[in-house]
Amino acid sequence: MSEQAPIEKEEYNITVYTENHVGLLNRIAMIFTRRKINIDSLNTSPSEIEGIHRFNIVINETEEVVSKIARQIEKQVEVLKVYYNTNEDVIWQEMALYKVPTDIIAEKAKVERLLRENGARAVVIRKDYTVFETTGHREETDNLIKVLQPFGLIEFVRSARIAIIKGSDGFNRKLREFERDEPGQDAVENEFLNSRDKVFSM
Amino acid sequence: MLTQEKQAPALPETDTLLSGGQALLHALAEEGVDTIFGYPGGAIMPIYDALFDFPGNIQHVLVRHEQGGIHAGQGYARSSGKVGVVFATSGPGATNLITGLADALIDSTPLVCITGQVFAHLLGTDAFQEADVIGITTPVTKWNYQVTDATEIPEVLAKAFHIARTGRPGPVLIDITKNAQLQKFPFQGYKRCDHIRSYRPKPIVRPEYIAQAAELINSAQKPFVLWGQGVILGSAEQEFKAFLEKSGIPAAWTIMGAGALPSDHPQNVGMLGMHGNYGPNVMTNECDVLIAIGMRFDDRVTGRLDKYAKQAKIIHLDIDPAEIDKNVKTTVPVWGDCKETLPLLTQLVEAKQHTQWLAKFREFEQKEIDAVIREELFPASGEMTMGEVIQQLNELTKGEAIIVTDVGQHQMVACRYAKLNHTRSNITSGGLGTMGFALPAAIGAKFGALDRTVVAVIGDGGIQMTIQELGTIMQSGIDVKILILNNQFLGMVRQWQELFHERRYSFVDIQSPDYVQVAKGYGITGRKIDQREDLTGALQDMLAHPGSFLLEVMVTKENNVFPMVPQGCSVSEIRLK
Repeated sequence: MSEQAPIEKEEYNITVYTENHVGLLNRIAMIFTRRKINIDSLNTSPSEIEGIHRFNIVINETEEVVSKIARQIEKQVEVLKVYYNTNEDVIWQEMALYKVPTDIIAEKAKVERLLRENGARAVVIRKDYTVFETTGHREETDNLIKVLQPFGLIEFVRSARIAIIKGSDGFNRKLREFERDEPGQDAVENEFLNSRDKVFSM
Repeated sequence: MLTQEKQAPALPETDTLLSGGQALLHALAEEGVDTIFGYPGGAIMPIYDALFDFPGNIQHVLVRHEQGGIHAGQGYARSSGKVGVVFATSGPGATNLITGLADALIDSTPLVCITGQVFAHLLGTDAFQEADVIGITTPVTKWNYQVTDATEIPEVLAKAFHIARTGRPGPVLIDITKNAQLQKFPFQGYKRCDHIRSYRPKPIVRPEYIAQAAELINSAQKPFVLWGQGVILGSAEQEFKAFLEKSGIPAAWTIMGAGALPSDHPQNVGMLGMHGNYGPNVMTNECDVLIAIGMRFDDRVTGRLDKYAKQAKIIHLDIDPAEIDKNVKTTVPVWGDCKETLPLLTQLVEAKQHTQWLAKFREFEQKEIDAVIREELFPASGEMTMGEVIQQLNELTKGEAIIVTDVGQHQMVACRYAKLNHTRSNITSGGLGTMGFALPAAIGAKFGALDRTVVAVIGDGGIQMTIQELGTIMQSGIDVKILILNNQFLGMVRQWQELFHERRYSFVDIQSPDYVQVAKGYGITGRKIDQREDLTGALQDMLAHPGSFLLEVMVTKENNVFPMVPQGCSVSEIRLK
């Protein structure tokens, strides 16, 4: 659109607090589909508050696109709050499972060392195969694939990303404000206005 | 039938056994619903059965197609300011609503649609007339919900109405399985909903932004107001007028905002956008402060965005935070209901008159009159133009009528030239551009405003998309004036083919039936004219006729709508020819 150099895309972690409502996943997913944006990772889970769900969505986009999407999500009736953060602003983890033939591992001491180095632990050990698990960043779980590939990796799966926002003090106080008919200034659900730089100077 | 005062019947006593269908109707009555547009079918029969002898004064208008039903609901909502209510059955009944839902969502029209659904135990079994209505309608509704247990009905309906009419209004769809409609349960009364914890329709107004906006406006030399339908949806017409008259700022409208300020108000400088007026488009790129009120910077309004008002500081008043900075980066966002924010702003702005600046708009207007308008409205010879028909209509209605338009050239001409004295007088499909909208929407508009004259201005393409609704007019006896402007083309597409596709008129020469005969078949009086000297008389006949009337006016075939901002061009590159 503009003549400036295109702004780099980067990974954003979108955190969505919602009511527990059938069809909401579709309503949120369609906001991405409609704009032809691929969801890299999506996780739904309970939150710190009973009855409130938390979505963690990862996309690779520019900040401008992410901010608009965040507002479109927040506009949905059952959505309480949306935050978006770069990877620097969150603590995040993904879990991965690796299935490898047991005989190879038993034979080669090297493999055991590699697994230890990569923080993997055995979940199931059977005569024919063993399942290892690691938790970490994408590079770490990816790395172990490379490590295990030469030793006959049978199956690999990685979970969606979960992320905790470093700067967040939770949602409890906010939720209480949401529950009031007349929220106080604390709720300021129009808080996105705060992040604008000194909006203009005369 | 039509003039009765509508009163809700007394609610049944607590613990009275009601069927889901009966509970639904009591909920509608409690919400003040007086009119339903609908079409029965297998999966919604228990609701229709309850309607058969429902004690309240809810009238049901039997439409001829569910799309007609939902457009009628939209017309009703737009003319009355109330929530439009639509009934349809499962499967095809529900899927026929989709166009209307998309239209209502993009044009922020409050609707509650009730669809029947197959028995809950059949969900997902590809049952007869089963469609995944919640899945299909999710992208085109503000909210939707499937009821499978009758006890949910009162609370869900209360939520539906609250969501449809508050904040930025929109369509809500409630899908009710047949077992829930039949199920008897002890009724526990009805409580209207005014709070949903995850839904904040009314933002807290931030005074610091009002102050910043006022400061910008007060220091502006060439301020310019753009307003949209938000002023009408917020019932803020008086607040808007007070703001304008104190600040002295010239104001232009999007087609959805037409009528919020009378056409002849001295500060009303005309229509924005692709086929809007010359001055407002050019001045968008001349002003120093642009104040956008309840509008969303649609691409048909802005033209090329990177050349849109780059010189100006932008103040944007809107109730929907997702609109702020969506298309145009705002200098000062004023998030809130404009009924609240406008008076706050009016308090802080200095009383001014921008006489010279306003005069510049009038200079451009004169250029537009000389280049386009005079010839369009007062052609001396040749075939009739769409503009002169609207002009003659203005003379006769004096701007008192509700003008409902379809989509295409006639829509642009009617919106540009129709004189509107009152708010809620312009009903058109703005965002979605739905051909076939006007006839059913006009029916609904009349039901929503029985004391007003409703004129549906329709092209020869659009009328053929929903012409079956003449049957609805016939059966309901509603009084709608149907004005067909027939240029024997799908005119807007033909205009684009002429201008941008080397006159390759690909499939735009549409033929028409004998509309007068068709109307006659439905018991509607009609007339067709092709001579200028008959125009005034024919329009008089139409307006004076007791009941509906169809007037077909043959207009010149290859007329173009100008001015025009070609797609991909800046608003200041607007062409007069």
